[in-house]
Amino acid sequence: MMAYLARRLLYAVPILLGVNLITFTLFFVVNSPDDMARMHLGAKRVTPEAIEQWKAERGYDKPLIYNAKAPGLEKFTETIFFQNSVRLFVFDFGRSDAGRDIGYDISQRMWPSLAIAVPVFLVGLLTNITFALLMAFFRATPLDVWGVVLCVVLMSISPLFYIIAGQYLAGKLLHLVPISGYDTGLAAWKFLVLPVIIGIVSGIGSGARWYRTLFLEEMGKDYVRTARAKGLAEAVVMFRHVLKNAMIPILTGAVVVIPLLFMGSLIMESFFGIPGLGSYTIDAINGQDFAIVRAMVFLGSVLYILGLILTDFSYTLVDPRVRLE
Amino acid sequence: MAAFAIRTSWVGWTWILCLALLLSACAEPWNNPYRAEEARANVLYSAFSERPKHLDPARSYSSNEYAFIGQIYEPPLSYHYLKRPYTLIPNTAEALPRVTLLDAEGRPLPEDAPAEQVAESVYEIRIRTGIRYQPHPALARDAEGRYRYHDLRPQDLAHVHTLADFPETGTRELVAADYVYQIKRLADPRVHSPIFGLMAEYIIGLRDLSRAIDEARKEQPGWVDLRRFPLAGVEVVGRYTYRIRVKGKYPQLKYWLAMPFFAPMPWEADRFYSQPGLAERNITLDWYPIGTGPFMLAENNPNLRMVLERNPFYRGQVYPSEGEPGDAEAGLLEDAGRPLPFIDRAVYSLERESIPYWNKFLQGYYDASGISSESFDQVVQIGSQGDIRLTEEMVAKGIHLSTAVASSIFYLGFNMLDPVVGGLDERRRKLRRAIAIAVDYEEYIAIFMNGRGVPAQGPIPPGMFGYREGAEGINPYVYRWEDGRAVRRSLEEARRLLAEAGYPGGVDEETGKPLTLYLDIAGGGPDDKARMDWFRKQFAKLGIQLVIRNTLYNRFQEKMRQGTAQLFLWGWNADYPDPENFLFLLYGPNGKAKHGGENAANYENPEFDALFTRMKNMEDGPERLALIDRMVDIVRRDGPWLWGLHPKRFRLYHAWYRNAKPNLMAHDTLKYLRIDADLRHEKRLAWNQPIVWPLFLVAAVSSAFLGMAWVAYRRRERQAPKGGAAS
Repeated sequence: MMAYLARRLLYAVPILLGVNLITFTLFFVVNSPDDMARMHLGAKRVTPEAIEQWKAERGYDKPLIYNAKAPGLEKFTETIFFQNSVRLFVFDFGRSDAGRDIGYDISQRMWPSLAIAVPVFLVGLLTNITFALLMAFFRATPLDVWGVVLCVVLMSISPLFYIIAGQYLAGKLLHLVPISGYDTGLAAWKFLVLPVIIGIVSGIGSGARWYRTLFLEEMGKDYVRTARAKGLAEAVVMFRHVLKNAMIPILTGAVVVIPLLFMGSLIMESFFGIPGLGSYTIDAINGQDFAIVRAMVFLGSVLYILGLILTDFSYTLVDPRVRLE
Repeated sequence: MAAFAIRTSWVGWTWILCLALLLSACAEPWNNPYRAEEARANVLYSAFSERPKHLDPARSYSSNEYAFIGQIYEPPLSYHYLKRPYTLIPNTAEALPRVTLLDAEGRPLPEDAPAEQVAESVYEIRIRTGIRYQPHPALARDAEGRYRYHDLRPQDLAHVHTLADFPETGTRELVAADYVYQIKRLADPRVHSPIFGLMAEYIIGLRDLSRAIDEARKEQPGWVDLRRFPLAGVEVVGRYTYRIRVKGKYPQLKYWLAMPFFAPMPWEADRFYSQPGLAERNITLDWYPIGTGPFMLAENNPNLRMVLERNPFYRGQVYPSEGEPGDAEAGLLEDAGRPLPFIDRAVYSLERESIPYWNKFLQGYYDASGISSESFDQVVQIGSQGDIRLTEEMVAKGIHLSTAVASSIFYLGFNMLDPVVGGLDERRRKLRRAIAIAVDYEEYIAIFMNGRGVPAQGPIPPGMFGYREGAEGINPYVYRWEDGRAVRRSLEEARRLLAEAGYPGGVDEETGKPLTLYLDIAGGGPDDKARMDWFRKQFAKLGIQLVIRNTLYNRFQEKMRQGTAQLFLWGWNADYPDPENFLFLLYGPNGKAKHGGENAANYENPEFDALFTRMKNMEDGPERLALIDRMVDIVRRDGPWLWGLHPKRFRLYHAWYRNAKPNLMAHDTLKYLRIDADLRHEKRLAWNQPIVWPLFLVAAVSSAFLGMAWVAYRRRERQAPKGGAAS
């Protein structure tokens, strides 16, 4: 298992390097260092000297990838790409182009994101599985049919509508929760109730319908018929056999997103005024802050790779036939 | 017995829960986004949609940043809160600056000396005594008088994450040297002050100082004590007096002296923030301001909220006792003579979206609001005579409306370097004039701005010296004065002008091809499609094809810098209430393509430029007004811009929000506002009682559904042996 893990981690290095290079290329195709300087220095009364000074302070006065004037290895090291990318591999995110410590900002903003994402993920998973099991249990009955219809309806509605309707209904009309905002510590609960409920409800449609398909597929297999032939109660068949065997595809989808939970949700955080990581990358792109964009893309890639590795490990937990070699 | 006990307990808890729900419903609204203990506090609640980039007064240059630092930093001058036109008043200064004009030999000249005789202007400013800084660790001293936090070691910073983690604070009196220190900071290359380039043209020695600081930084990393560096044009005359010497005559300096760029900065703060380890902890001057103003920044978390708190050492200015006619009737003088500020705290929450902001305003959780396009019809009714009034719903809530025309202009510019639309010859003038008549900005304002704008007649916005009302103020090339109002000239006239320009019916008579023009815009999204379609339609009235070139912001800026755009949309917000701040946008040597200036149209007319150089250094008066009239007439005739519009700002205030009067020039307005917190609390309670029955309904329906599912399950389980395994 350790050899497998080591191999996967080694595979990750070229992937991360590639992601870094693509991010770098895409960013600088759209934005030149001069553009970045102008964006940071403001639109009014900016002098060429101030732009040069800004670039020099942040190392953006170097060539992008290849420094023809430098000697030897410095042709590659004395470049914006090298200077900005290498330290990411030791998780040193450095400072944003506006001067803030990116690592500190991430550590501050990840908790509000997690405060929404974790309950939405856990309760949502439980709700979706329960609802899917219920539909599978009552398959081909009106409950199943209407359940599927309800799922399709829920899937068809835009996430934005859930948010606006939720705010209107719970916050504006019924005055049950604040429309938006956030607070630190336990005082945050009343701000989280509505986004969490909306997050769960908006995910039921697609989640429950997919899980229902998985359960139905399992229920058609021989071992289920055998279990029923043994006289087991349907509930026992569903929970002890069907659910367990349907866990592999469920885990594939679920475990891989666990590390990404802390990246937050842009729309949700934006509408509810949650100070999470959801808007961090978007703000950075709009503000042409390459340091943050680079750090967040790198982090997202690392977490995605981590999620895939965790998924592989989770297979061994639910299916004894799977071995990581 | 046990089952009975459990049932009794369950029922009891249910009752307790219901009772708790009812009681809490009566006590405090559930949807209150603020803590319950703040309910009757003397706090103002507002919001911001974009985090301020800079809070360093030498760098900050946008209105969303001034909303905060304007309350913290005190420049020597300010604007009168109530008087119009905008009037400069002493702030920390004892009086308006005493200006001495000198000739080339250093001899004093009379106040009205012509600009060409003036070699230098000397501004002498004496500040008030006894003004103190807010409590700040940079000013904390120990028993021996040594600065407590000026030599921090790494271990001292082990538990420091914010400025509040420094347990001790101190204060000291404001002195003239602090103002001089800040002016020197404008020249510091590391500070990147946006006005350095401009000020270096006027303040004597500022550019040399910048070079000297840059050299010193190369030799000595870390803090550079700007007190060591002489600045020829700025000197401390006494503990409370300093002088600024500028080249020639520059009357606009007095307006700059009312901006945070010229606010005081104690050297101790610069020294404190430059210590190793603080910037790594995000503790910088750009994040934690230090000022003498009525408020100090108590919390800076721009991802959530920013909180201003009353500065305990504030000197105690008083509310003005005079204003303009009508202010007394509007209740704006009721607080005359009372010490400022009125509120204890101001909480600004991050609110990125307009819908939550608006709904929270209606619930009483924000004290003031603008009006978004979506909610405009809910708020405002426009009568048949164009009169604006609030809807009954708003009136019933006690909401007030105020409107003010902003000192801004949004225009469509012609690149005067372009071979088709640019140039000063009569043919191209007529082409531009025809387009100016055809593009109906009255319609634009009605469709896209809900009437919240004033069609511009020239570059100078209303309320500014040089702006003329009525018949004499219209642009005669585009409008006629009929029945007491400006009427746009007819399309026939526009078509005739177009034909005279060589494009009859929108067709180039030389080539026989339709005239196609290109409008460059930056990053227009789907929301802009209707606007762009409207522009196409306006040009199509003359048979001109308009092609919209939507590019990324950076590419658009590049085109503007290179002068390759043909038509473009642009705007300008006033820095100060002087026509020079708008007319310089058309001054030839400010051309964007040739000189990197703010003249985006690259307009260059020698006659206009000559008048501008005379006008800019003059004091307001009939002579200056006559020059401005001539200049405005020249640019109206040449038409480098479609003059576009001046936006009108609508602002709503709740009944508990007092002393609200739009002041688009002053930055320190928070201190004048007063909140009736008791009234606000009553209204919030009345407007926000929770409605809980839908919760019980949802619970009942869910229980019924689960019950039915359970019954169905049991039935199926019972049937299973008969029918065998379910299929």
